[in-house]
Formats: sequence, structure tokens, C-alpha cells
Amino acid sequence: MDFISILSIFVLACFVGYYVVWSVTPALHTPLMAVTNAISSVIIVGGLIAAAAAGVPGAKWLGLAAVVLASINIFGGFAVTQRMLAMYKKKERK
Amino acid sequence: MEFALLLASGAAAVPSWVLLAYLVAGVCFILALRGLSSPESSRRGNIYGMVGMAIAVATTLATHEIAGIGEILAAIGIGAIIGLTIARRIAMTAMPQLVAAFHSLVGMAAVLVAAAAFLNPGAFGILDAGGDILAVSRIEMALGAAIGAITFSGSVIAFAKLNGNMSGAPILLPMRHVINLGTVAAIVVMTGLYAMSPAAGPGEGALFWIICAAAFAVGFLLIIPIGGADMPVVVSMLNSYSGWAAAAMGFTLGNTAMIITGALVGSSGAILSYIMCRAMNRSFISVIAGGFGQDASSGDKGPAIDRPYKAGSAEDAAFLLGQADKVIIVPGYGMAVAQAQHVLKEMTDHLKAKGVEVKFAIHPVAGRMPGHMNVLLAEANVPYDEVFELEDINSEFAQADVAFVIGANDVTNPAAKTDKSSPIYGMPVLDVEKARTTLFIKRSMGGAGYAGVENELFFRDNTMMLLADAKKMVEEIVKALD
Repeated sequence: MDFISILSIFVLACFVGYYVVWSVTPALHTPLMAVTNAISSVIIVGGLIAAAAAGVPGAKWLGLAAVVLASINIFGGFAVTQRMLAMYKKKERK
Repeated sequence: MEFALLLASGAAAVPSWVLLAYLVAGVCFILALRGLSSPESSRRGNIYGMVGMAIAVATTLATHEIAGIGEILAAIGIGAIIGLTIARRIAMTAMPQLVAAFHSLVGMAAVLVAAAAFLNPGAFGILDAGGDILAVSRIEMALGAAIGAITFSGSVIAFAKLNGNMSGAPILLPMRHVINLGTVAAIVVMTGLYAMSPAAGPGEGALFWIICAAAFAVGFLLIIPIGGADMPVVVSMLNSYSGWAAAAMGFTLGNTAMIITGALVGSSGAILSYIMCRAMNRSFISVIAGGFGQDASSGDKGPAIDRPYKAGSAEDAAFLLGQADKVIIVPGYGMAVAQAQHVLKEMTDHLKAKGVEVKFAIHPVAGRMPGHMNVLLAEANVPYDEVFELEDINSEFAQADVAFVIGANDVTNPAAKTDKSSPIYGMPVLDVEKARTTLFIKRSMGGAGYAGVENELFFRDNTMMLLADAKKMVEEIVKALD
């Protein structure tokens, strides 16, 4: 993809983010931070590419290290978000 | 083999199903955030997030020739074990520092990915015909590494302050604004120089490493002057940065999933910082400039002790609460520190059994991160439809018999409404003084809130001070209610 199409996606995604995040209820701001943390670890894609490529050992090890760090975040972030969200309960109707 | 060659020749040759897969992953991430608009839809949203991540990882692994799948799976496995263990064991009160720690990992991962792209640009498809790294990719890489490095070192400091490894007090270096702005300017200039540099082959150009080092220093210098109570803004800001770092690397890779995510996370953190700043009536710049609350320890303790105030016992409090028709509870950071949320829930159950209407009022900056109090109350099984935000409940204090303030101070200070000379003037506050009686649980009369401002409410006639550890006091109230 050329730079301009990527930039277009980026700018539009910023607007989507703006509206989506304003609609998040303040009670869920902590889970919001935890889940944004988990999804920003999509940077693992870069780590995987570097770790998969043959030829440059330095880049491969950096890539593997990035994969470990991003995985901690992905698994930890989604799991802790799940744990928090499971706690939000409505009043029991009697 | 032909496929690998195609990939190596540049991002343009990626088959369209791959682009679609990344797009789907990006949309899943949007749905993950969209789900958070209500607690009912949030759990499904989180599943969308996981699905999106799985798609992104699987697509990447399927479309690249992998030299050693074993190592990669081992790396993911190690991360999964560490991540899941932490997520299971962490106490809910420790959530702010956990989020800070997670931010630092995203930042570091961004730096590592940028460095890997710098050393092996061929694998990332960012080489031009002459074997040099494309100029635009050099800018993206340098920015990704710089933002990642700032996120990393900034988050490490935020973690240390939140976790108590480091004093929450601001550390003020002389000339810090000049040093910080100078270093940021230097990073921008060096990024430009690196983009134009003739030495642009794989691994060439010491400037890249200097940019990384300078950015690590900026993150450190930026956060040390910021006080503990401003951490909600800092954590949100670092959240935003971790997103921008991911977006920058997404540009390098031409990866839509990364770009969409980066934009989402970047705007999310920015909006949260804005909400936090507005809730304190302070500008973002003044928070980032740091130093707020530095006077809290100096001269403010003296006069507080001299003025007369009404102190009460747990029995007095239990009597007032038991007689009330309507009680509004205002939790603050002190509740988190004392871990008093569970016993507080027990107290509300006793009150409800007596027919008292109980509601919770949350100020946006209560605690050390956005939504901190809501999570703790949810942990204690307080139903979320009994918990209200400031603007939704503030008018109800006038009808309440008791406002029960537990571990909060500045967010109730009426000086914010009346005293133009007060540092917190203009900050929206909870109108607890409008309730017939205000009960304050506070450890002692000495020590003002984080803003270093005395709360005149403590000395009013309809205020009763309950001086004790929040958890012990509430436990005693529960006993007295029985």
C-alpha cells in the first residue's frame, strides 16, 4: 500500500477512535485502559516478522524479545480485562 | 519461494486476502472498544479483541517464511505464562501500577521492533532498489522507536511512583523545561538528519541509536517532576503514547491492523487525559510541566490542628447512618489504600437491610487512574447501577441525610467553588456539604489533600470527623450497626 492510503486509514481511524472512546461509560475507564493496552500489543506483528526472518541474528533476537514482551501484554491484558469485566454486576432483582 | 521473493520486494505485493485479514482484525479492535459503552456488552467486546489479535498473529505467521517456528512459539508461550499469571494474581487495588507496567512493555516492544527493522530492513520490505532503507520508513522507524522509548521509561517511573518504589513527590530538576524541550527538539532534528543521511543501509547510521537513547532520557525526565496524584493523567497520556508508537510501526509495515489500533489507542489515551484534566480544571500543559502538590508537605499542617472540629466514634456514625433515609458514599484513594471496599459493601448491605437508600458518587479523578473506584466497588460486588458519576448525582446531595466520605478530600472541597485564590478553584467537586450531615473518614487531621489545600468542610458544624484507618473504622461501624 502506498503512503497516502495508509495515511487515509490512519486519519479515519483516529476519528473512529474519538467517537468510540467518548461513548465508553466512565465506569469502565479502567478496563478501557487495560484492553487498549492489550490491543496495542498488536505490535507483536512486527516482532513476529523480525523473529521469522532468517539472515540477521541480531534482528531475530530483538524480534523474539519483542514477541515475549508483547505476548505478556496480550495475554495479561485480555485476561485482566476479562477478570475486571466479570465483576461488574447489576442489582439483583428480587 | 516465489511468495517470499514477492514479499521481500515490497509491501505492495502482499496478496489481497492478507490485507483483508488485517482489516478484519482492525475492525475487531474497534468493536472491542465499542463494547465498553455498557457493562453488558463489554464482555463480548473483549472477545472481539482476542479474536482480532488471533487473526493478526495467524495472518502474520501464515504469510512469512519462518526460519524457526519453535523459537517463536516458545517466545509466545513464555509471554503467555507470565501474562496470565500476573493477570490472575494481581490485586484490584494494584491496577494502576499494573497498567503502567503493561504500558512500559508495549513501549519496549516498539523500540525492539524498530531496532529489528533497522538491522534487517529487508524482512520488513522497506528497502529501495539501491539497498538503502526508504527515507519515509526511516522517519517512521525513528519516530516509532522514540515514542516507544519515551513510553517505556516514562511508564517505568510512573510504575515506581504508583507502586511506592519511589516517592510520589515531584522531583524538580533545575532548568527541567529547557532540558526536556531541548532533548525533544534534538530528537526531531536527528530524525530529520537520519532520514536524509547517505548511510542508510541495514544497520547503518549511529543516529538511530542516539535517537533511542535520547528518547529514553526524555521519558524519564518528563515523569519524575509529576506528583503521585497527577498519575491519572500520566497513565492516560502514556496509554496514548503506546498507541502512537504502534501506529508508527504500522506505517513502517504498511499494516492496517496496527494503524487502526494505534489510532484507537492513541485517541483513547488522549481523551482520557483530557477528561482527567477537565475534572481537575487544569490544563494538560500544567500537569505535564509537573511540580503540582509540592507544597503539600511544607507549611499546611500547622493551622489545621488548631481549629476546632467535631470528632465522632464509630457508634455515632452508625447511629447517624442507621437513622438516615438516604446515604451517599464518596470513595477516594484512601479507600483503595486501606483496601476498605469489601467492608464498605458489607456496611451498605446492613444499611439496606434497615431500609436506607444507599448510592455511590464517583469523582472522575478519585483514585490513581480513570475508573479506579468503579473497579474496586465492582470487585466488592457493589452493583454498577448504584454507582453514579459526578454530574449524575451531584444534585442529590441536598436530599441526602448523610454524605459518607471515605478517603477522599480535595474532590469535596467547597473552596473549589468559592475561593478564587485556591489552587483547585474551578475544579468540579461533589457537593457533600449539602447533605444534612457529612461524615469524613480520615486517618488524622494533619496533612492536607494532594493539592496542599485545607478543606474547610472539616470544621463545619454539620461535619463529623471519623479519625481512623478507613478499613478499621468501617469495620467498627458494621459492628455497631448489628
